[in-house]
Amino acid sequence: MLSGSTIVGASIAYLLVLFAVAYVGDRRADQGRSIIDNPWVYSLSLGVYCTAWTYFGSVGRAASGGIWFLPIYLGPTLGLALSWLVVLKMIRIAKTHRITSIADFVASRYGKSHVLGGLVTVIAVVGTVPYIALQLKAISGGYALLTGDHDSDFSPLHLGGWLQDSTLYLALTLAAFTVLFGTRHLDTTERHEGMVAAIAFESVVKLLAFLAVGVYVTYFLYDGIGDIYARAAANPDLLSLLSFDGAGKTGYGGWFSLMLLAMLSIIFLPRQFQIMVVENVNEQHLRRASWVFPAYLLAINIFVIPMALGGLLLFGRGTVDPDTFVLTLPMVHGQVELALLVFVGGLSAATGMVIVETIALSTMVCNDLVMPLLLRGSDFARDGRRDLTGTLLMIRRGAIVVVMLLGYLYFRLAGEAYALVSIGLISFAAVAQFAPAMLGGMYWRGGTRDGALAGLLAGFSVWAYTLLLPSFAKSGWLDMAILTAGPFGIEFLRPEHLFGLGGLDSLSHALFWSLLANVCGYVGVSLLRSPTGAEASQATLFVDVFRRGPGTPASFWRSGAEVRELVPLVSRFLGKRRTEEAFARYARSHDLSSLDQLKADPELVNFAESLLAGAIGSASARVMVSTVVQEEPLGLDEVMNILDEASQVRAYSHQLEEKSRALEVATSELRAANEQLKEFDRLKDDFMSSVTHELRTPLTSIRALSEMMLDDPRTDLANRKRFLGIIVSETERLTRLVNQVLDLAKIESGHAEWHNSDVDMRELVEHAISTTSQLFRDRGAEIVTDLADAVPVLRADHDRLLQVMINLLSNAAKFVPEGRGRVEVKLSVGDEGIRVDVADNGEGISPELEPVVFEKFRQGGGAKARPQGTGLGLPISRQIVEHFGGRLWVKSKPGEGAVFSFVLPMQPV
Amino acid sequence: MMRKGLAGQRLVAVFLAGMLLFNFPLLSLFDRPVRVFGLPLLHVALFAIWAGLIALMAWIAERGSR
Repeated sequence: MLSGSTIVGASIAYLLVLFAVAYVGDRRADQGRSIIDNPWVYSLSLGVYCTAWTYFGSVGRAASGGIWFLPIYLGPTLGLALSWLVVLKMIRIAKTHRITSIADFVASRYGKSHVLGGLVTVIAVVGTVPYIALQLKAISGGYALLTGDHDSDFSPLHLGGWLQDSTLYLALTLAAFTVLFGTRHLDTTERHEGMVAAIAFESVVKLLAFLAVGVYVTYFLYDGIGDIYARAAANPDLLSLLSFDGAGKTGYGGWFSLMLLAMLSIIFLPRQFQIMVVENVNEQHLRRASWVFPAYLLAINIFVIPMALGGLLLFGRGTVDPDTFVLTLPMVHGQVELALLVFVGGLSAATGMVIVETIALSTMVCNDLVMPLLLRGSDFARDGRRDLTGTLLMIRRGAIVVVMLLGYLYFRLAGEAYALVSIGLISFAAVAQFAPAMLGGMYWRGGTRDGALAGLLAGFSVWAYTLLLPSFAKSGWLDMAILTAGPFGIEFLRPEHLFGLGGLDSLSHALFWSLLANVCGYVGVSLLRSPTGAEASQATLFVDVFRRGPGTPASFWRSGAEVRELVPLVSRFLGKRRTEEAFARYARSHDLSSLDQLKADPELVNFAESLLAGAIGSASARVMVSTVVQEEPLGLDEVMNILDEASQVRAYSHQLEEKSRALEVATSELRAANEQLKEFDRLKDDFMSSVTHELRTPLTSIRALSEMMLDDPRTDLANRKRFLGIIVSETERLTRLVNQVLDLAKIESGHAEWHNSDVDMRELVEHAISTTSQLFRDRGAEIVTDLADAVPVLRADHDRLLQVMINLLSNAAKFVPEGRGRVEVKLSVGDEGIRVDVADNGEGISPELEPVVFEKFRQGGGAKARPQGTGLGLPISRQIVEHFGGRLWVKSKPGEGAVFSFVLPMQPV
Repeated sequence: MMRKGLAGQRLVAVFLAGMLLFNFPLLSLFDRPVRVFGLPLLHVALFAIWAGLIALMAWIAERGSR
């Protein structure tokens, strides 16, 4: 039996040591020689997971369920195996965006939403305040045991009046400690080095105390673990505890649920998030913690079963509450000093949890519940001159005291009720509701604010209905009928058998339904619409946190704000000195000597926003900064344009492809044009050589005959006459050739003169035939005509068309066979216009030569039968016909003659 | 610097191994009335697997830091 004063003295002494550790921690941090910048300290501080529920409750759970206490510690081990993937990302995100709580994390991820932050805060408070009450109850119960204020079964007797209740004073002391080390000043990163040092110290104390009592029970009261097991095996009462399902639990499904739950809570409990993410000094510490913390859990659980069995062997079932074995076992053997140590260990487990939890909750309450309301209401935000540092600190401190007193209140009201005793797992299930929104937010860009809101609300409601409500009913606060018969007698809606689902224990049942509703709400509602600009930009920042350089977060802001506007705004919340220090550091990092030189750019605004985010939460920070920066936030399209650099690159490469394709087309066009030019060049050369060749032939004969007459003066008159006749005809031929060349050149270049008049084609054809009749008579050929009676009058150049007609007729005369030639001339009127056909019965033209006869200097017929002519007649004819919009062509069958035809439209162009 | 890729994958493998070993059906293999040094096989196996996994995680995490 210990006197109350001894216990209170020991407790106070312990708390003083804690104060000292925290004080040293803060001092060292101020000097820049952090003691928590150490992977071992970080790992130990994670031990805040082990609360009084572990310290006292594990033995209790083992005494009733055997090995079933273990999933609560196996889950975190597996969770930490994944920490290098999940928690590391969380730490990086939190550090980059100065996120200081789970509520802030969720709010910030989904477009800095006040509503979401508030909802998360409410869930966290509802889920964890009873858990704080449980810690106070554990200490109060332990105190009652040690002072002898209990019955023969070591159940604490009635509680005293409120003012005599030492638990109240304990709660107030803890509140004072938390206020001192949790809100010493406003920090932009919301880190509390002294507090973390104290928590790591507490982890050591509770481990040592628990191991001490474990060793005492196992090796002093009994003869080692084997001895205890042997005795338990011999005891039919205890035999069932040694096998898996002997304790009447609900099979492997329940086991898995417990493990999953513990795995989620190691990350999403507000206190775990605070210690593991917010208070993390160096990401690399996580690596050692990922195995040291599981090892810590293993160590603290080694003696749980031996102590549970040992206690049951000593006291028997149903007498002493197994939750108190760690205290009662030393006490009944008179080991009061050991009992006192165990009590201090329990105290450290409880206080550690309470301190961290209240800090985490107060940050949430302040940043995500109170600040948004203050900023929304009144002229609080607009009154630019007010220094709000003090107000902010007061809100934090107030929140800590209120949370602590709420916990105490719940403890007083609930007492021994089931709702308090079972709160550990109920609380775990509440924070598990954060998992979809947080994990989804870290790995999925499509999650929206509405989705997160729907998921959290659905999950939280189902949790309250299937887990919290039954716990109230079992505590006697509600009619038990609600569990057995269902609400309003609707059996279908029984909270522990929702929709008639059976075969699961109540925890697995609640976890299944709540997470199902949560995930479905989150994913389903998220998929209803695409994310807004704010959501999409935050989603990219969160999901791609590892891809971005640490120094250059993408800015939400487009325009800047002056330093002289930003500094006063930030210093209202952070205090003048800290603000100026922070801005000076920023200036130095940009190689500027003073604040005034800072450029008013979006980066500066971003910096100011992140400073504020640490102090008042990201959602409120954005609201405050937007009072200074005058601009509309980015729209979705703009954000996408800025963030989606890949799409820009794609656009560029697309443009490049287009251009190169266009270039290829242009190149091939140029090549074709070049080919054509070369062809023209070749044609010109051919033409020149043909012309000179044609000129040389008559010139040669003229020259030869002239020389003969010059050299031989005796040439007789008859010969001279003959020679001169030849010379004259050759000269005429030359003249004709030159005229035709000039003619063709004129027509081709468009410089020819056209004398249009009304032309009667019938008269024209007859005229041509009569002109060429001598030629046909010379060749002995007959000419047959088939001329339409009335032909419309054409508007054309009469002489030119006559030239065409004569050309065709004289060509025909040349190619018909001597003596039996026959040429048919036909004039008709068709759809195309007036048509003239000149058919001969000569050798004809082979098909491959058909197009060639219209080229210059290309004459039909073989080389031996090279007829008289310049080779320009047909090309010129074709040019003339085409000038009047008609066409000239030839059809021929070799051996049967050729038909040259042309048509002229009625209305020539 | 930790070789993030490899160590990360190893830790995921440990996680999966733990998930398998700590759950049905593998867990049921140990739930039989066999004594190891006088202790029930189930208890010994769970703690042994747990310790083994922690040792494995320690090896992976610390090895990467060299």
